[in-house]
Amino acid sequence: MTNAKTLFQKVWERHEVAPETPDTPAVLFIDLHLVHEVTSPQAFSVLRERGLKLRRTDLTLATMDHSTPTRTEQVFGGAPISIESAAQQIRQLEQNCAEFGVELLGLRSAQRGIVHIIGPESGITQPGKTVVCGDSHTSTHGAFGALAFGIGTTEVGQVFATQCLLQRKPRSFAINVNGAMPAGVTAKDLILAIIGRIGVGGGTGFVLEYRGPTIRALSMDERMTICNMSIEAGARAGMIAPDETTYEYMKGRTRAPQGAAWDSALARWRELPGDEGARFDREIEIDAATLEPMITYGTNPGMVVPISGSVPVRHDDAVFDKALAYMGLTAGQPLRDQRIDSVFLGSCTNGRISDLRAAASVLRGRKIAKGVQMLVVPGSQAVKKAAEAEGLDIVFKEAGAEWRESGCSMCLGMNGDLVERGSYSLSTSNRNFEGRQGVGARTLLASPLTAAASALRGKITDPRDIVTGA
Amino acid sequence: MEPLKAIRSRTVVIPNSNIDTDQIIPARFLRTTTREGLGKQLFADWRYRSDGSDNPDFVMNKPESQGCQVLVAGNNFGCGSSREHAPWALYDAGIRAVISTEIADIFRNNSLKNGLLPVVIEASAHAWLLANPGALIEVDLQANRVTLPDGRIAAFNIEPFARYCLLNGVDELGYLLSQEPRIAAYEKLHALEWHE
Repeated sequence: MTNAKTLFQKVWERHEVAPETPDTPAVLFIDLHLVHEVTSPQAFSVLRERGLKLRRTDLTLATMDHSTPTRTEQVFGGAPISIESAAQQIRQLEQNCAEFGVELLGLRSAQRGIVHIIGPESGITQPGKTVVCGDSHTSTHGAFGALAFGIGTTEVGQVFATQCLLQRKPRSFAINVNGAMPAGVTAKDLILAIIGRIGVGGGTGFVLEYRGPTIRALSMDERMTICNMSIEAGARAGMIAPDETTYEYMKGRTRAPQGAAWDSALARWRELPGDEGARFDREIEIDAATLEPMITYGTNPGMVVPISGSVPVRHDDAVFDKALAYMGLTAGQPLRDQRIDSVFLGSCTNGRISDLRAAASVLRGRKIAKGVQMLVVPGSQAVKKAAEAEGLDIVFKEAGAEWRESGCSMCLGMNGDLVERGSYSLSTSNRNFEGRQGVGARTLLASPLTAAASALRGKITDPRDIVTGA
Repeated sequence: MEPLKAIRSRTVVIPNSNIDTDQIIPARFLRTTTREGLGKQLFADWRYRSDGSDNPDFVMNKPESQGCQVLVAGNNFGCGSSREHAPWALYDAGIRAVISTEIADIFRNNSLKNGLLPVVIEASAHAWLLANPGALIEVDLQANRVTLPDGRIAAFNIEPFARYCLLNGVDELGYLLSQEPRIAAYEKLHALEWHE
């Protein structure tokens, strides 16, 4: 028996208000509860029905992102929000936050954005914290060595009332990544390859920890892209141990500790990485040097191939056949040069400044193909401002793309940004489920580089075939 | 919440694996601030044609599926988003148990809090259920087992505390609120960290 502990074990144990027993789950304390307009209204109602207070307003932060419009005039005035039920949801969140004393980064706040973008960029996402939100992509925050996972609305209500959750301890799964990523291969391609390898249910019941030299060499933006899609492998959480890259990213951010508090926090964070010899319940090795840009062809993120590859051939698999029929693709068909109709650059997966820079490096001085609609939606208002300061908005607009206000936008069809029925959407988001981007939409998931390269030709294009103007 | 002890019902079968929560209830129906009445939007894009009429080919629209309380689905049911609207919609449509060989984490947790039983059974009994839609079966939470029409039994596990809550028709919040002294003690010990 060894006392060596993984990162996950350390964070878990620090947050046990009561350990689990055979009869009862652990009571786990939550350090940060992020709230948005779609999964919170029914939880606020529970507080009201039971006459309960929101226990820790100081550990709760709300914003709006899912159902919010991205057209400037609908956000900042001049036109009403076109979907009344969305407007109602936004008003409801404003009322709920006012009534229960929750800080809200509202529709016109310069700090607003996709909840998983603004946590890290404000510095409130920190190593060793437990972070929850009524959204499955809460796994994003694990890039900082936080234990971060999505919860349902009943659990949102439980955290409101008690700042705690009942949890059984998940198992641990190490994803060890070695080898330098070739040029043109990004963090998005790496996580798509991992999901392709372990499958969309391969992480169920586990907390993933991404480790190894390749992960250590990634920027925080890239690490967030990786952790973000942990849920697409069925894992509720993905984690990366904090290191100098983490601390450098965090230092000076408004909601990060400052001065002497920074020093003591740093000392605490440095104890978090897993101990030598700590055991995982499952481990796999990935060689990043062999990767290519990846692209999905089906209706879940595990249906993915290298961009030089073809749609796989499978016999006697009705579900597979149904997916291909939905996508309008045929088994054995090469993915390269498949027609696309629209391109979406954004989302909590790929809506950060480095993603916009990568796409702009391909588009600079060029025009997107005739007939292709491209939507660029920064992940937050801060990302938007930073991009505009660098002139990226001009690059996108001159290329023929639309430049919008921040939000979840076309990642999920609930805010008015929709892909048309039957059309092909090359998207930097995280889910290619049937109808995810709109009824009948055909989603192909890929990196920002692949999205930009494909926008130029109107066809699926390997970004390595386009000389960048960076 | 009503206590849930056992369900005796014919099954409705959707054999697809990896049925995600966007299929169970598409995102455009999440612009609601209540949890009621979502049953009519269950599997909306499969159940209705583009003109809004019923798709007669979809299994839940068939006469023999009416009143069924048990849904048998392919592997990894409920993957994707954390929307609790998914179990709300299933429950509102009369479903009380979902049987698969694997059920996604967040969906399973959400189901247990809403009187919907997520039942994971071994592959051979599951294969039999997939091949025999409409079978009259019993899902017994007291005995943790599914009984097939020929008397064959498939055992399942439900997290003991969630099982207790379901059997007794109580929710978890009362238990969590009863932990108040321990929560307060924890907060006192860690107060410094949140406010530096």
